[in-house]
Amino acid sequence: MSGRLDRIGLLAVPALGFLAVVYALPLAMLLAKSVQGPDGFSLAEYRAFFADEYNLRVLFRTLRVAALTTALAFVIAYPTAFAMSRAKGIWLTVFLVALVLPMSLGVVVKAFAWSILFRANGVLNSALMGLGLTERPVRMLFTETALVVGAANVFLPFMVLPIYSVIRQLDARLPEAAASLGATPWFRFTRVTLPLTLPGVVAGSAFVFSLAVSMYVIPSLIVGERQQNLSMLIARSFLFLRNEALGSTLAAILLAIAIAVVLGSGWAAARLGARR
Amino acid sequence: MTRADRLALALSWAMGFACIAFLMLPIVITVVVSFTDSPVYTLPPPGWSLRWYAEAATRQGLWDAVLLSLNLALASTLASLVLGTLAAIAVARGQFRGREAIATFAVSPLMMPGLVVGVALLQFFRDIGLRDAYWSLLLGHVVITLPFVMRTLLAAMNAFDFSLIDAARTLGLSYPKSILKVMIPNLAPAYLTGGLFAFLASMDNYPISIFLTDARNKTLPIKMLQYLEEQPDPSLAAMSTGLILLAILVLAFGARTVGLNRMIQG
Repeated sequence: MSGRLDRIGLLAVPALGFLAVVYALPLAMLLAKSVQGPDGFSLAEYRAFFADEYNLRVLFRTLRVAALTTALAFVIAYPTAFAMSRAKGIWLTVFLVALVLPMSLGVVVKAFAWSILFRANGVLNSALMGLGLTERPVRMLFTETALVVGAANVFLPFMVLPIYSVIRQLDARLPEAAASLGATPWFRFTRVTLPLTLPGVVAGSAFVFSLAVSMYVIPSLIVGERQQNLSMLIARSFLFLRNEALGSTLAAILLAIAIAVVLGSGWAAARLGARR
Repeated sequence: MTRADRLALALSWAMGFACIAFLMLPIVITVVVSFTDSPVYTLPPPGWSLRWYAEAATRQGLWDAVLLSLNLALASTLASLVLGTLAAIAVARGQFRGREAIATFAVSPLMMPGLVVGVALLQFFRDIGLRDAYWSLLLGHVVITLPFVMRTLLAAMNAFDFSLIDAARTLGLSYPKSILKVMIPNLAPAYLTGGLFAFLASMDNYPISIFLTDARNKTLPIKMLQYLEEQPDPSLAAMSTGLILLAILVLAFGARTVGLNRMIQG
């Protein structure tokens, strides 16, 4: 029996072999290259990166935009997932279509659509002026706010779906039991509902944050070169500057952030699982 | 239900409707702009016409990119379905240690920065002397699609009753045959979901592809961004509207065969 099951384990070999060679090995080589100086191990590239104030601003901006995007997506997604869990029939269909259909519109076209909307002579400004909210057009395109709104729009489904699948499985009797024991609505939400849905929130936030921290197309179209993020800097150093040493270092830093998010969310998920 | 509950529910619904509008906004903009008669993107359009549809039909470069992207998406999704099925069976049925780690590893490319994976692949392929752009792109796209397939198939197989396989084997089917004839048809929704998300991820990938293309092999997102920079006319919106229509057909098919909720939740 155990021979049979061990042989079943061998079925994982093709996929693992593939990922080891075409994914893990190249990333490991990239990391190795970033700490390789002319004579052996060297952190010179990293020291140079962190000594440059411009780079630090880019790093900080990248993290801030990713955090704001995640926060905005969460604020929209959480109540939406709740409404979805109560929706039936045609309304559930509308929710699901709204989440999946935008994925068929490529991120390039989606980001461009947002840039049309944010233009100074665009509909959004005409609407604001029509409502008398502003006298002159507000500058929206090329701002961080526009970027966060556009990014949250693109990544929103990845926040809604994990939260929805947790809420859907939530035992509706638990908050009711809390209510019958005299818990106030606020207490019920913060002590019963929110903790039970936290695994979905952690999964969605980790996913959206890791997408937002490494986005390239969306900022290129909405804010442009003047407010670069790490990905744009990486693309620039490889495709235009041909500076591979700098590019590899930047890539290694972004990789480290992504790995930290994966490990951090895995740790949080394990703790949440253990507490239940 | 207390008054606070009703208020919270009403607010959730209000946010839900706002969210639907927010999500659909880029689609609405694209479709509206595609029917403009102006050569630039202006909203609302000064007049209406179908000229950009006629124009889009003549853009040979764009259609070559569409074909290449469809080719890559189909081939990489199929390869991922095969690799993913085998690996997911191993994780779901195997008794060895480290199965959790295998699952995490196979899904991890989803959360790695695409540009970094692209750079790493570029340098790796150069080091091993792989110069062919199509094969580089295909290998890179399997890295993108495999996690989507693995995630859905793992979830589905953990819920699948493998005693059905044992039953099929008692009735004389070989192990591979029983997987093909019993398990895969039973898990059809998961295959459809995983396959669809993998396909879309490949179609829409920019950051990995940008490092692996050459002048003759440009995928659709790369060609589109290049177009927007060089001659931003609404023919791109017309073509995107066509792709949206295609997606609606696929969703309608999925909804009829397995149900939308089951399809999206896996």
